[in-house]
Amino acid sequence: MADLVTLAEAVDAAVHDGDIVALEGFTHLIPVAAGHEIIRQGRRELTLARMTPDIVYDQLIGAGCARKLIFSWGGNPGVGSLHRIRDAIESGWPAPLEIEEHSHAGMANRYVAGASGLPFAILRGYAGTDLGAQTTNIRTVTCPFTGEELAAVPALNPDVGIIHAQQADRAGNVQMWGITGVQKETVLASRRSIVTVEEVVDHLEPRPTAVILPAWTVTYVAEAPGGAHPSYALGYSERDNAYYQHWDSISRDRAAFTRWLDGVRRAPDAARSGR
Amino acid sequence: MTGTGSRSTDAVPDWTTDEMMSVAAARELRGVATCFVGIGLPSTAANLARAIHTPDLVLIYESGTIGAKPSRLPLSIGDGILAETADSVISVPEIFNYWLQPGRIEFGFLGAAQIDRFANINTTVIGTDYSRPKVRLPGAGGAPEIAAFCGRVVVVVRQNRRVFVDKVDFVTSVGFGTGPGDRERLGLPGAGPQAVITDLGVLEPDPHTCELTLTRLHPGVTLAQVREATGWDPAVADALRTTEPPTQTELETLRRLEATKGS
Repeated sequence: MADLVTLAEAVDAAVHDGDIVALEGFTHLIPVAAGHEIIRQGRRELTLARMTPDIVYDQLIGAGCARKLIFSWGGNPGVGSLHRIRDAIESGWPAPLEIEEHSHAGMANRYVAGASGLPFAILRGYAGTDLGAQTTNIRTVTCPFTGEELAAVPALNPDVGIIHAQQADRAGNVQMWGITGVQKETVLASRRSIVTVEEVVDHLEPRPTAVILPAWTVTYVAEAPGGAHPSYALGYSERDNAYYQHWDSISRDRAAFTRWLDGVRRAPDAARSGR
Repeated sequence: MTGTGSRSTDAVPDWTTDEMMSVAAARELRGVATCFVGIGLPSTAANLARAIHTPDLVLIYESGTIGAKPSRLPLSIGDGILAETADSVISVPEIFNYWLQPGRIEFGFLGAAQIDRFANINTTVIGTDYSRPKVRLPGAGGAPEIAAFCGRVVVVVRQNRRVFVDKVDFVTSVGFGTGPGDRERLGLPGAGPQAVITDLGVLEPDPHTCELTLTRLHPGVTLAQVREATGWDPAVADALRTTEPPTQTELETLRRLEATKGS
């Protein structure tokens, strides 16, 4: 059953140096506050997986928490580059970053295989692209029924899966709605999980199309209102588009980023609002 | 020809080159049933098409929103207005596995950091050493599967020599590979890029050679400008046409949509 704890307690218990960690949330419900707590607790040598590394991974990688990134699209959506990630890849600052990249379909299917208890996933994809030559994690498999050659990617089973949701009840059952991306698969594929929520409520009101994660599939639930900022939580907050623009000026400059980092390490509450 | 009537080529246009691109892209969607949409110019074009001539166009965003009907331009592919107005909101694995991969989606828009004469697209790295790139780009996202599985694809990109290169540094998404027969050999079911719309004109693949061929110049653009902006000597159609200028309705609707973007 899920333990209701503070975010600091959840990260302390669940995230260890060297772990494979996936923070998911597809443009909506991005677990940014949890990322800040990982920075604050100084985790190192993480392998970070995420379909769309955006601001939250720019921050974690700029802070030196990661040794490897597994991803399918890395950018500041609608703004431009992630300069901390580029600096790590192009110049090794603050530390060299190994990368493994896929297409969205490949990454999504890696989580699906992980959640399904299968060793790998099959998809049509990658044919004719240069992506397969860059990693041993994109291969082909022959269909035993038709003889057709298909792409194969290994299951992704993170040590820790971290997501943000709108609500949990006091037993730790989680409910999220709106765009729910690949979060269910991430939690089910992971050995341990942390779900930060906008609000812990007495009773979850059933909602059409909502995704429910029963308490027994989740390790830790932590209340973190506004914890998706600058992304949003449908029904609770709006996307802070200005902050995505603002991040560009912080991310571009090592000194400006270092000042931002000092702020996060010193002041948890300021970091939660993203400022 | 319909529209605003004759226009002297040296007149100062009362629209921007980006507006011409959006309008030309939106026209490609006339009569289309389903469109896979990325954010930015494709999203603008798709919503312009929906507002002007194809009101029933089903917009599908890779965030999992099918049939989104935004009343303003969304600011990201995960904008809340997409989920709130969609026929259905599904997971990301479903979008790729159940909807894109089986070829259910008729039309896809793509952008490019580099595109070559066979319409192969690079959005991964600039530079030929993958492990030490000159510029690290965002990567693949949904583009390889859009290029493979949409019934047809239209590429929308500004034209200059950095972008239009003889050979892309990295093939992220396949156009026509090295030429005729490659898509069939690779098992790519969609027809591939059928038009590349730029700020200067439109290129279309030659039906025999698959090589991108300039078929239209936007009003006021010269062939010399296109040659100057292309990293190879581009084939030019015998019947080179001029794009119909944006109509008053197209421009007014586009500007009204752009104004909804806010900050």
